[in-house]
Amino acid sequence: MSRATSSLPRSAAAHAILILYTIIALFPVLVVVMNSFKARNAIFRAPLMPPTTTTFDTVGYTTVMAQGDFLLYFGNSLTVTVVSLFLVLLFGAMAAFALSEYRFRGNTLTGLYLALGIMIPIRLGTVAILQLMVASGLVNTLTALILVYTAQGLPLAIFILSEFMRTVSDDLKNAGRIDGLSEYRIFFRLVLPLVRPAMATVAVFTMIPIWNDLWFPLILAPSESTKTVTLGAQIFLGQFVTNWNAVLAALSLAILPVLVLYFIFSRQLIRGITSGAVK
Amino acid sequence: MTQAPAPARRPFRWHIPVLLAPAVLVYSAIMILPLFGTLQLSLFRNVEGVRTFVGLANFQTLFGDARWSASFWNALWNNTWFFIIHMVVQNPIGVALAALLSSPRLRFAAFYRTAIFIPTILSFVIVGFVWKLILSPLWGVAPNLLDLVGLKSLFTPWLGKEEYALTTLGLISVWQFVGIPMMLIYAALLSIPDEVIEAAELDGVTGWSQFWKIKLPLILPSIGIISILTFVGNFNAFDLIYSAQGALAGPNYSTDILGTFLYRTFFGFQLQSGDPYMGSTIASMMFVIILAGVCVYLFAVQTRLRRYQF
Amino acid sequence: MKQFMLAALAASTILSGATLAFAQDKSLTIESWRNDDLTIWQEKLIPAFEKAHPGIKVTFAPSAPTEYNAALNAKLDAGSAGDLITCRPFDASLDLFNKGQLADLTSLPGMENFSPVAKSAWSTDDGSKTFCVPMASVIHGFIYNKDAFDQLGIAVPKTEAEFFAALDKIKADGNYIPLAMGTKDLWEAATMGYQNIGPNYWKGEDGRKALIEGKQKLTDADWVEPLKTLAKWKPYLGDGFEAQAYPDSQNLFTLGRAAIYPAGSWEISQFNSQAQFKMGAFPPPVKNAGDTCYISDHNDIGIGLNAKSPNQDAAKTFLSWVASPEFATIYANALPGFFSLSNTPVKMEDPLAQEFVSWREQCKPTIRSTYQVLSRGTPNLENETWVESANVINGTETAEQAADKLQKGLDGWYKPGAAK
Repeated sequence: MSRATSSLPRSAAAHAILILYTIIALFPVLVVVMNSFKARNAIFRAPLMPPTTTTFDTVGYTTVMAQGDFLLYFGNSLTVTVVSLFLVLLFGAMAAFALSEYRFRGNTLTGLYLALGIMIPIRLGTVAILQLMVASGLVNTLTALILVYTAQGLPLAIFILSEFMRTVSDDLKNAGRIDGLSEYRIFFRLVLPLVRPAMATVAVFTMIPIWNDLWFPLILAPSESTKTVTLGAQIFLGQFVTNWNAVLAALSLAILPVLVLYFIFSRQLIRGITSGAVK
Repeated sequence: MTQAPAPARRPFRWHIPVLLAPAVLVYSAIMILPLFGTLQLSLFRNVEGVRTFVGLANFQTLFGDARWSASFWNALWNNTWFFIIHMVVQNPIGVALAALLSSPRLRFAAFYRTAIFIPTILSFVIVGFVWKLILSPLWGVAPNLLDLVGLKSLFTPWLGKEEYALTTLGLISVWQFVGIPMMLIYAALLSIPDEVIEAAELDGVTGWSQFWKIKLPLILPSIGIISILTFVGNFNAFDLIYSAQGALAGPNYSTDILGTFLYRTFFGFQLQSGDPYMGSTIASMMFVIILAGVCVYLFAVQTRLRRYQF
Repeated sequence: MKQFMLAALAASTILSGATLAFAQDKSLTIESWRNDDLTIWQEKLIPAFEKAHPGIKVTFAPSAPTEYNAALNAKLDAGSAGDLITCRPFDASLDLFNKGQLADLTSLPGMENFSPVAKSAWSTDDGSKTFCVPMASVIHGFIYNKDAFDQLGIAVPKTEAEFFAALDKIKADGNYIPLAMGTKDLWEAATMGYQNIGPNYWKGEDGRKALIEGKQKLTDADWVEPLKTLAKWKPYLGDGFEAQAYPDSQNLFTLGRAAIYPAGSWEISQFNSQAQFKMGAFPPPVKNAGDTCYISDHNDIGIGLNAKSPNQDAAKTFLSWVASPEFATIYANALPGFFSLSNTPVKMEDPLAQEFVSWREQCKPTIRSTYQVLSRGTPNLENETWVESANVINGTETAEQAADKLQKGLDGWYKPGAAK
C-alpha cells in the first residue's frame, strides 16, 4: 500500500526525466527531417516551424533522387554490415570460447595478441591493406570491406565475449560432457544461447562503426556499384553543400534507413539482452 | 575457470586450434600485419628518397623539437579533456537513464530505450553536420531556442571559439554515445537476480538507497568495462572532430586530438604532404598510451572489482 | 599464412564476381576533388570527348576535397588509383612527380598551347619537365550585391579608404551584413582574405619571389600589413562569424543578407544560379588612388597521368584533348570563373566572369604566395597561414604575433637559396 502511494510521484519524476532526455536525443534528427520538406527561404526564416501548406516543398528530394542510386548504396551497406556482423559474432565467439574454456599453453598470450587490435586504429594499416586487396584483385568489391570489418570487429568481440563466457557455469558444461556431447556441441548448443545478451552487446558495438564508416569505402570500394550509404551521403554533402534543401533531404535519407533497420533489430536486441538476463 | 589440472594422457585437443583459427587468421592477415608494417615505420625516415633506419630519432623529434612536442602535448591534453567529459557526463547520465528504465512497471520503457539509443546509430558525417547546422549562428536554431527560454544572451558561436569548441564537441559526442553505457548498464541491472532485490525489499531497502547499496556494487564490473571502452574509444576518436572541424581541428588547433593530429601527419592535408614516418611515430605513442590504460584497467581496476562478485 | 590468405582472398574474388574490365573499350577513370563539377563532366565534357574518340570510355570519380589528397596518395601507393589524376598546383603535385607517380608529359601533343607561366604550377623548378596539363586558373576579388549598393548609394570602392567607408555605410544602415565571411573553416580567412588583398601590399610577384629568395621575411611590413587590414574586417562580419562555415558565407550572400563577398572567381556559376539580385565585382582596393593594382590569378587545377596506368595511350589521347582549344571553350563556359590557361583566347559569355578576367589588363597578376616552394616542408606555410589568418580575424592574436609565428615555422625548415 505505502509503496503504491510513494511510487506515483517517483514514477512521474522518472517519466519527466526520460521525456526530457528523449527530446534532447531526438530533437536534432527532427529538425533535419522537418526542414527537409520546406522551401529554401522557409528553412532559413523559421527553422523551428513544421512545414505548412505554403512552405512545403520536396525540391530537395527530387534533387537527391536525380543523383546517385541511394537504394543500391543502401543494399551495399546492408550486405556489408550483416555479413561482417555475422562473421565477427561467429569467429569471435568461437575464439572467445576457446580462450575462456580451455587451459592450454599460450592461452594468455593469444588473448593479449587478439586484444592488441583494440588499441590501434586499423585505419593506420590502410596502405598495406590496400596493397593486399590490390594484389588479390579485391579492390572495388564488397568482399574487401567485409574482410576489413571482420578483422576490425574481432578484437573487441573476443574481449567482451570471453569476459562473459567465463561466467557460464562449469556444471552445465560438465553435465554436457558426461552426456557425451562434443566440445563443438557444447559450444553451439549450451554456451552460445547463454551468452546471447553479450552477443547482442557485441552486435551493437560492431554494427555501428561498420555502418557508419567512411574511410574504407572511400579507399577500398569507391566505385559506383559498391558505394555505401555513408560514402554516398558524404559525396552528396560535398557536392550540394550550399543547397540546403538537397543537403537536408540527403541527411534525412541517410538517417531513415538506419532508423528502420534499428527498429527491426532493436526488438531482437532487447529480447536478447533481457531473455538472457532473466533466463 | 577449468578446475582440475589437465591430465597428462589427454590427446591433442584439435578443437582448440579449430575454434581459434578463423579469428586468428583473418585478424592477423588484415589487421596485425598491416598495422605492424605501419608501426615499424616509426623507426625509419626518408633520407634523400631512401628509407633509412634511424632508431628512435623520430621519437626524439616528436618530444625534442619544440613544434612537434607542442602539437603532441596539446593533442594529448585535449584528448584527456575529451575523455574526462565522457567520464563525468556520459557515463553518469547513462547509468541514471538505465536505472530509471529498469525500474519495474515503468510504462513506455521500450519507447524511451529505443529513442535514446537513436543518436548512437547515426554516422559521424550526419552527427557532425547536423550539429554544425544547429549551432550555426546563421541558421539560428540554437539562438532561437535559447530565446524561447529567455537566455539568448548566452549564445556564442561555440564551435568557433577556442575556449568552448572542444567542450562542445565533447558534449556532442556524449549526446551521440550515451546509449551505449545506458544499454550495457540496463542489461547488467536486469541480470541482477530477483531474489537479491526481494531480499533487499524485505529488509526495507528500496528506491534510491536500494540502487546505491545493492545494485550499484553489482553493476560495478559493467561500469569498469564501459570505462575502459570509453577510454579506448576516446583515444582513438577522430571522425567527429574531423567532420565538424576539419583536419586542422580549428580554431587554432584547440580541438586537435591525437586522432586528428595523427591523420594530418600520416596522410597529409591540403598542401602538406603526408609523412608516414612521423605519423607512425605518433601512432606508436597512441598505442603505448592506450596499452597503458588497458593495463591499468586489467591489473588494478578489474582485479579489485572482481572481489565484489560472489 | 599470408600466402594462404591471398589464395583464399583470390578464391573469394571469383565467387563474388569482381568487376572485370570491359573487353574492347578502353576505360579511363579521372580522380578529382571537384565533386561540384560532376554533372558538367557527365553531361558536357565526357560526351564531347567520347563522341570524337569512340572506343574510349571516361568516368569522372570525384571524392570530397578534404579527403582527396589522403585518399589519392593511399591509392597511388597501392596502385589502385585512376588513370587520370587531377593535379593540385605546385608542391603537392611536384611531390607526386618526384616519387614517379605522375608521368612526364613534357612532349605531350597539345602542351604547346600553354605558356611557361601557365605550366609553371606543374613543372619542375627549372621548368624543363611538365607533368600536368593546365586546366584553369582562378582570380580573387570581391563580388557585391548591386541592388544593395544602389539602394545605399555606394559607389564601387577603388581605394582601401573607400572600401572601409563603404563598409561603415552598410553597417550603419543595418539591413545588410557588410562582409560575408567566416573563420570556422580557416581557409576562407587565408584564401579569400589574406591571399585576396595581400598582393597589393607585397607587390605581387616581386614580393613573392623575394620571399622565396629570402630577401624578404614574413615579418616585414609588406607582409604584416595585410594581416593588420584583415584584423580590421572583424566588426563588419556577421554575428558569430567564428562558427560561420564556408557554405554559410555563400548562403548569407546569395540569400541577399550580406552586401560584399570576398570571393574567388569559382563562385560565379553557383552564385548566378542562386542569387535573386544583380551582382558585380571589383578587384582588391589599392592603398592610394593611382597605385598599381595586383591581383591573385592563381593556377589552380591541372590534370596528369598516373604513371602506372595500364591505358597510357588512351589517357594521353584524352590529355591532348584537354589541352585543345575545344576543351578550353567548353570548360570555361560551363564553369564561368575557371579561366582557361590556354594561349588561344577563349570567348566567355558570362558578364561576371568577363569582369574578373578584365582585371588582367589593368592589374599585375600573381599566384598565391604560399604555394610555390614554401609549402614543401613541415610545418607547411599554406596550412599555417589558414590558422593564423583566422586567429588574426578572430582577434585572438595580433598581426605581428601571427607573422612572427609564420616566419618561425618557415625558418624551421626553409633555407632560402638552397633551392631544396
